[in-house]
Amino acid sequence: MASLNVKAVIVSLLILLVGLGVWEALNQPPAASGEMTEYERLMGGADQEARVPPPSQVLSHAFDELSDPFYDAGPNDKGIGIQLAYSLYRVLTGFIAAALVAIPLGFLIGMSPLMYRALNPFIQVLRPISPLAWMPLALFVIKDSEQSAIFVIFICSIWPMLINTAFGVANVRKDWIRVAQTHELGALKTAFLVILPAAAPTILTGMRISIGIAWLVIVAAEMLVGGTGIGYYVWNEWNNLDLNSVIFSILMIGLIGMLLDLVLGSLAKLVKYEE
Amino acid sequence: MSNRFLSIEGLSKSYPSKSGELVVFEDVNIGIDKGEFVCIIGHSGCGKSTILNVLAGLDTPSSGNVIMDGKEVSGPSLDRGVVFQNYSLLPWLTTLQNVAFGVKARWPKWSKEKVNEHSSRFLEMVGLGHSLQKKPSELSGGMRQRVSIARAFATSPKLLLLDEPFGALDALTRGIIQEELIKIWAETHQTVFMITHDVDEAILLADRILLMTNGPQARVAESVKISIPRPRSRAEIIETPAYYKIRNYLVNFLVARSGSLSGSSGSAASETREVDPTLLSSDADNGGEKDSVAPAQPRAVNNY
Repeated sequence: MASLNVKAVIVSLLILLVGLGVWEALNQPPAASGEMTEYERLMGGADQEARVPPPSQVLSHAFDELSDPFYDAGPNDKGIGIQLAYSLYRVLTGFIAAALVAIPLGFLIGMSPLMYRALNPFIQVLRPISPLAWMPLALFVIKDSEQSAIFVIFICSIWPMLINTAFGVANVRKDWIRVAQTHELGALKTAFLVILPAAAPTILTGMRISIGIAWLVIVAAEMLVGGTGIGYYVWNEWNNLDLNSVIFSILMIGLIGMLLDLVLGSLAKLVKYEE
Repeated sequence: MSNRFLSIEGLSKSYPSKSGELVVFEDVNIGIDKGEFVCIIGHSGCGKSTILNVLAGLDTPSSGNVIMDGKEVSGPSLDRGVVFQNYSLLPWLTTLQNVAFGVKARWPKWSKEKVNEHSSRFLEMVGLGHSLQKKPSELSGGMRQRVSIARAFATSPKLLLLDEPFGALDALTRGIIQEELIKIWAETHQTVFMITHDVDEAILLADRILLMTNGPQARVAESVKISIPRPRSRAEIIETPAYYKIRNYLVNFLVARSGSLSGSSGSAASETREVDPTLLSSDADNGGEKDSVAPAQPRAVNNY
């Protein structure tokens, strides 16, 4: 008997093959009847209707792109690796800046009921704002599209981390605080030796949600600001009517998003504890 | 009174409630000598946990004060170690790290080796020398409580406070850990103040048992001397004739007199009576049978 994992892999592969097969079969151009006219050759075939490229084309295109991911042939023609690197740089910069603000602030809010009440209305109003709504204001104030994109990532990553940190800190078990008290730990030591490890799993959950949102938002942000990045790349290839590249980059966005989540997930495992 | 190692003077605790002040306990006076093992027994709600928390510095009394070693107790301190009922181990640390946590707090200048050596010695004393690297979640309730006891003893506090440490354990485990506690106490001779619900446990461990009346307006009614010689063990102590005399006396108090003496209904003076049940005439502990109707007033005479 195969284990559950092996079975799951087999079923996954089956679903993949069936999916690709159906996609491939539904998107074949009709066979050309005889010699193509000049017009037909210009338009890429005898087909009157635009089609989504079949997976075979996408895959061969993906292979070409991935075999030289870092080429740079001018502003509108860069390899997928370069584009992804730009996006990752923006996401990580914005995310780390947000963590540096959100985690200490979350600590403060979690430890002080006064600060919680005082800051809660601001958080409640600011949190539901779509991060892209900040873009015009950011562009006006910062006057730099690159940094505005980073700001948008910053503002969208901050809320889950802030709220989770505050929640985690506020809900550290009283017993553990008492242990710190009876051992005469000062405020700083209590924060680092007891509250931080106790709240770490909750904080990491917040970070994981944040990085997921940041990766969602960067695509849209880069479509707006343009220039570089995976979001810009998708939009640019759409303008080029290169659907092969569009589909390929969609897949890459998914893969990188998954990798980011895996990294945060394994960090979360490090700080996890069982009661 | 005040020349004792620990003296609790005129302690009371009250909370505001809808119908005026709710006095949990009042006029509690307790003196404990150095090296003494004192248990306190009383029904739920008599405020014994509050007394312990006041001693630990985790709670403040409404009036009265606590003086230990000539100094007034205010706020938590490493001089007073606490073992909580729910173990209160830090789950992200290993057994050894949990004990080292206390040791490091106590002696911040010690080297890592010294801290670990000291911590593992105390863990070996409670029979956990083989589980140093385990996390609390991998340990049974009894083992966790042993870690907690090791942590408290390892910091050698002047006063050790045990808040119903075995309350959550099954009877068999409890018996084993009681003996561990006797062993470690015999080696260190800590002053111990312990809350328990278990009469047998109190007799086994204590030099003196404080009996509290029921709350509200609870007070420490009697201080019962346990004259059974040490070293004691669970197997031998039940062979001692004095054991049942003491036990009946205590059960009688808890079943009958803790209620009748309580609050405003008790006409007795608020003075704590000191009693040695083994010296009472046999007539005095007739009321000790669990099911019999006990007299409303103690028949025992003051004899100290």
